Amino acid sequence: MRPFRYHRPAGVAEAVAVLAAEPQAAYLAGGTNLVDLMKLGVQRPDLLVDVTRLPLDAVEELPGGGLRIGATVRNSDLAAHPVVRRDYPVLARALLAAASGQLRNLATTGGNLLQRTRCVYFQDTGKACNKREPGSGCAARHGQNRDLAVLDWSDLCVATHPSDLAVALAALDAVVEVHEPDGPRDVPLAALHRSPGEHPERETTLARGALITAVRLPHLPAARRSAYLKVRDRASFAFAVGSVAAVLDLDGDVVRDVRLAYGAVAHRPWRAYRAEEELRGRPFSPQLAARAADAELAEARPLRHNGFKLPLTRAITVRALTELAEGTPAP
Amino acid sequence: MRGGPESETTTDERHSSQVAFDVNDARRELTLDNRTTLLDALRERLGLTGAKKGCDHGQCGSCTVLLDGSRVKSCLVFAVTLDGRSVVTVEGLAGPDELSPLQAAFVAHDAFQCGYCTPGQLCSARGMLDEVTRGWPSAVTDDLTTPAELTDAEIRERMAGNLCRCAAYPHIVAAIRETATAR
Ligand SMILES: Cc1cc2nc3c(=O)[nH]c(=O)nc-3n(C[C@H](O)[C@H](O)[C@H](O)COP(=O)(O)OP(=O)(O)OC[C@H]3O[C@@H](n4cnc5c(N)ncnc54)[C@H](O)[C@@H]3O)c2cc1C
Ligand code: SF4
Ligand code: FES
Ligand code: FES
Repeated sequence: MRPFRYHRPAGVAEAVAVLAAEPQAAYLAGGTNLVDLMKLGVQRPDLLVDVTRLPLDAVEELPGGGLRIGATVRNSDLAAHPVVRRDYPVLARALLAAASGQLRNLATTGGNLLQRTRCVYFQDTGKACNKREPGSGCAARHGQNRDLAVLDWSDLCVATHPSDLAVALAALDAVVEVHEPDGPRDVPLAALHRSPGEHPERETTLARGALITAVRLPHLPAARRSAYLKVRDRASFAFAVGSVAAVLDLDGDVVRDVRLAYGAVAHRPWRAYRAEEELRGRPFSPQLAARAADAELAEARPLRHNGFKLPLTRAITVRALTELAEGTPAP
Repeated sequence: MRGGPESETTTDERHSSQVAFDVNDARRELTLDNRTTLLDALRERLGLTGAKKGCDHGQCGSCTVLLDGSRVKSCLVFAVTLDGRSVVTVEGLAGPDELSPLQAAFVAHDAFQCGYCTPGQLCSARGMLDEVTRGWPSAVTDDLTTPAELTDAEIRERMAGNLCRCAAYPHIVAAIRETATAR
C-alpha cells in the first residue's frame, strides 16, 4: 500500500478545501470499501481526510415531514431508526439486506453511495480496466460478465453499481446534499451517478473534492407500503444478483402511485420510470406488473453470461409488487 | 470526541502518527505507520493475537472486535483513526482466568473445531446480543416496528458476517441461543 498522510478536519469547509488543494487526497468514512481497495492497490491516495468526526451523524425529522440523514450516520443506526422502520421500510430493508452486522456498524450513508463497483477486473490491477486506468481496455466486456450490466452499458465499461441503499433511495426520490469547492448544492439521487459512456472513470456528477453532507428523504406517506427484494447467490452476506425497491399506493385496486428502482442491472441505481408509467392509473394485477417490467427492460442488452438477469428482474418486480398489493410484503 | 485542531493526532506531513486508545480497558499509546490496520496493531504491536486474520478484506469476520461497544471488522479500520476510542478484543471478554457465559456456552456446545474463527464469532455474538437488546431488526425480522424475537433464523442471519471453515454453525447457534435465553 502506498504510504499516506492522515488528516482530521475541523469542519466541512476545511475538509473540502483540503481536498481541493490536494489532488491525490480522498475522504475516509467507514473505510469498508476504501481500505479494501487501498490494500488491493486499486486506490492510491497520498492523504486521507477522515470525515467520521465531523458533525454529520444525526438523523433529523424535517418540519414538513421527511427526514435528513447525515452523511456519517452508520448503516446499522439508520436501519434501526424508528422513523425509517415505520415510514420508509424499503430503506430499512435495503440496509439490512446489505453486507454484515460488523460492516454496517462501520459503513456510512455517504460512503455507501460512493462505493466502487465490485467488477472483479476492476479489483485486479493485473487486468485491463478503463475505469481504473482509462484507455487500458475492459477485461469484462468479453470476459466473465455474469454479475455485470444489462442496461445502459458502453463498450468501454459494463460494470454495475453495487449499493443496495442507493436503489432504495432512488425509489424514494431522495436528494443528496453536497458541499463542493464552489459551495453547497442539492443533487437528486437519480442524478448522482453517471452512465459509463466514454468516461467510465467518472462515476458521479459531483465536482472533484465534493463532500456529501446529508441525504434528504421527501415526505412520502405511500412509502409506508414499500419493500426491497434482493436476490443473491447465498441466503445472506452477498451482493445483489438482482434487486428491486418498490413503493405502491393503491386506490381500491387501481395504482394511484408507484415507485420502482432496480439494482445490479446498470452503472447506477436504475429508477424504472417506464415501468411506473405502465402501472399508474391501471387496476393492479401480476400480469400488469410483468408487462411493466418488460417495458422497462425492452432496451436491455444482456452480455454473454447475464441474460438471466432479465427474467430475474421481471420475476422480482412481479413478486414485490404483488406482495405489496396483497399487503403481505416478504422480508 | 468531536473533531477540532486540539484532537488532531498528526501533522499532515507525516506518514506515521501517534495514537492513544483503550484496549481492554487499558490506555495504549502507539506511534504507527498510518497504513496499520487495527487488526495489525493488535496482533503485531500489542501482542493480542486473539483476533485472527482470515481474509484481510472484510469477508470472513475472524478479525471481529468491539469498537466503542459495536462489533466491527478490525482489518478494515486504520488504527490512526481511533484516537480516544475504546476497543475490546476476545482477550477482554472476561478476566484472564474466567470465561464469560458466552465463552462457557461455546465450550459446552462444542461450538468450534479448529478454533480459528472462534474469537471473531465470540466478539460478533457479544455485539449482536447487545444489538438485539437495543431492539435492532435484521433482514429476517417480519415486523420492523416491534422488537425481534431471537429465533435460530435470526441468530443465523445476524451472524452471517462470520464464516466458519469447519462448519460448526449448528453448535455456534446453539451456544448463542443458550446465552441469550439465560440473559
Ligand atoms: C464483504 C463485503 C460485503 C458487502 N456487501 C454489501 C452489500 O451486500 N450491499 C451493499 O450495498 N454494500 C455492501 N458492501 C459495501 C459496503 O456497504 C460499503 O463498503 C460501505 O457502505 C461504504 O461505506 P464506508 O463509509 O465504509 O465508505 P468508505 O470506504 O470510507 O468510502 C467509500 C468511498 O466514498 C468516499 N466517501 C466516503 N464518505 C464520503 C462523503 N461523505 N462525501 C464524499 N465522499 C465520501 C470515499 O472517499 C471512498 O471513495 C460490502 C462490503 C464488504 C467489504
Ligand atoms: S466493466 Fe468497467 S470496471 Fe469492469 S473491467 Fe470493464 S471497465 Fe473495468
Ligand atoms: S480478516 Fe477481517 S474480515 Fe476476514
Ligand atoms: S472452528 Fe474452524 S473455522 Fe470455525
